[in-house]
Amino acid sequence: MSAVGQLGATTTAAKPTPPPQRSGRRLTAYLLLLPGGLWLLLFFAIPLVSLLAASLYDPNGSIENGFSMTWHWQNFGDTMADYWRPFVRSLWYALITTAFCLLLGYPLAYAIAIKAGRWKNLMLALVIAPFFTSFLIRTLSWKLLLSDNGFVVDTLKWLHILDEDGRLLATTSAVVTGLTYNFLPFMVLPLYASLERIDTRLIEAGQDLFAGPITTFRTVTLPLSMPGVVAGTLLTFIPSAGDYINSQLLGTPKQRMIGNDIQRLFAAGAYPAAAALSVTLMAAIVVLVLLYIRRAGTEDLV
Amino acid sequence: MTRVGRWFGRNVVMMIGLVVLLYLFAPIAVVILMSFNQPASKLSYTFDGFTWDNWQHPCRPLGLCDAVSTSLRIGLLATVIATALGTLMAFAMVRHRFRGRTTANLFIFLPMASPEIVLGSSLLALFVSSGFGGQLGFWTVLIAHVMFCLSFVVVTVKARLAGMDLRLEQAAMDLYATEWQAFWRITFPLVLPGIVAAALLSFSLSFDDFIITNLNAGTTVTFPMFVWGSAQRDIPPQINVVGTAMFLAAVILVFGGELARRRRSR
Repeated sequence: MSAVGQLGATTTAAKPTPPPQRSGRRLTAYLLLLPGGLWLLLFFAIPLVSLLAASLYDPNGSIENGFSMTWHWQNFGDTMADYWRPFVRSLWYALITTAFCLLLGYPLAYAIAIKAGRWKNLMLALVIAPFFTSFLIRTLSWKLLLSDNGFVVDTLKWLHILDEDGRLLATTSAVVTGLTYNFLPFMVLPLYASLERIDTRLIEAGQDLFAGPITTFRTVTLPLSMPGVVAGTLLTFIPSAGDYINSQLLGTPKQRMIGNDIQRLFAAGAYPAAAALSVTLMAAIVVLVLLYIRRAGTEDLV
Repeated sequence: MTRVGRWFGRNVVMMIGLVVLLYLFAPIAVVILMSFNQPASKLSYTFDGFTWDNWQHPCRPLGLCDAVSTSLRIGLLATVIATALGTLMAFAMVRHRFRGRTTANLFIFLPMASPEIVLGSSLLALFVSSGFGGQLGFWTVLIAHVMFCLSFVVVTVKARLAGMDLRLEQAAMDLYATEWQAFWRITFPLVLPGIVAAALLSFSLSFDDFIITNLNAGTTVTFPMFVWGSAQRDIPPQINVVGTAMFLAAVILVFGGELARRRRSR
């Protein structure tokens, strides 16, 4: 499945070595980059600047009367005072989600890359398959799966994991289940790409040297798959921190995430507050990601 | 260790993997099942009875088919534009060395590393502050979709290009092919699977996007927005028909492509 393999290979592509230069080729490079680069400049970079500007507008403005730039830095403090709870909750949910994705995704990626043999392509296709139906519809299905008299709740009650009057829907567990479900493929694909690249003879060598399976995994497999772990955790953490669909469909206002508030404030026309929250979220993510990449020691991500 | 224990030790990873796959598939099974549902009441979202009715009348819910057609049009246009621009960028990134290459790389990576809510809200801030706040709709959504698909196209095509053997092109040129001929006869066919994968990815990203679209759509309704709207009221089973049909179309496309590829390579 060439198309499928491509998707897995995206995040950890080997660094190519460009061929030696001939005169004129440099100009070609810029020409090739120009249209796409302009698009990104106009509709990604400049918007970020206008978001930053909007976060400093006078909060008393309105859509009808327009907003005036007053360098209102207090927007950040004011919104944080009102919304620190959903803000912290979002980062916390994203963290749990990432941990679960790693816990579930690693064995799956390992099974596909190393154990699956001729079933490899089929299993990989099955990981991508959920992308093919709209994720809103799939999240709605979780509503049904986790509903109060559903199969999952009944089984958990029978196993006495859940109390007799316990429920899953409209709880933190439901939101995290949905988030984990939605972002699991983003963990599995980069993990698969880096696990697949491992020379299995290295694992055999570990076993030949009398290392147990756990020691071999800890000293050989895991370190070699670190680029995949880093890419996968970032690709799950970042989108889940900004998500509001799972908390809206599977949770209650008690599970509200920061995305819910940003969306609601924008819809209500409170642009300065919404923009300030958005900028804060982006800043928090950038700081966390930089700290994490430094810790993990892989700066060669791109 | 007993024989059972050894077997277990060898296969435990695979078994966990299969359970995780089951977790990935449970909701899809529900979508397929619910597409045949005959709800007892308007607000019921449980399986009440089997019917073919939803498949025979997929357009019955008001606005559903309009929303699907809007999403298809945006998806196709965004895919064409993003794939074309992104492929050019990928060639520049892999085949050329130039000043600012690292910066360009980072710049392309950043949209993928930003939460959708930030991408969507910053675009909205731009549109509003530049006076386009009243013209939100089809075109603003299209602009947004091309923007977030572009990076995915670049990395996908880049991965394919980076894995390519340059000596094939050199061989063609040694055999007196012009640069242009070598490109269309050798390079392009070899990169094509990567471009196709990128296009499929773009289309599914665009068709599926909700968070960015919802902020920039104005009164235009895409399919995910229709689903979102109906989730607040009643969920017509026809939504699941569209979901199942998309799933089937994609499965046929991917497996058909794989079959064709195998037949060719035989």
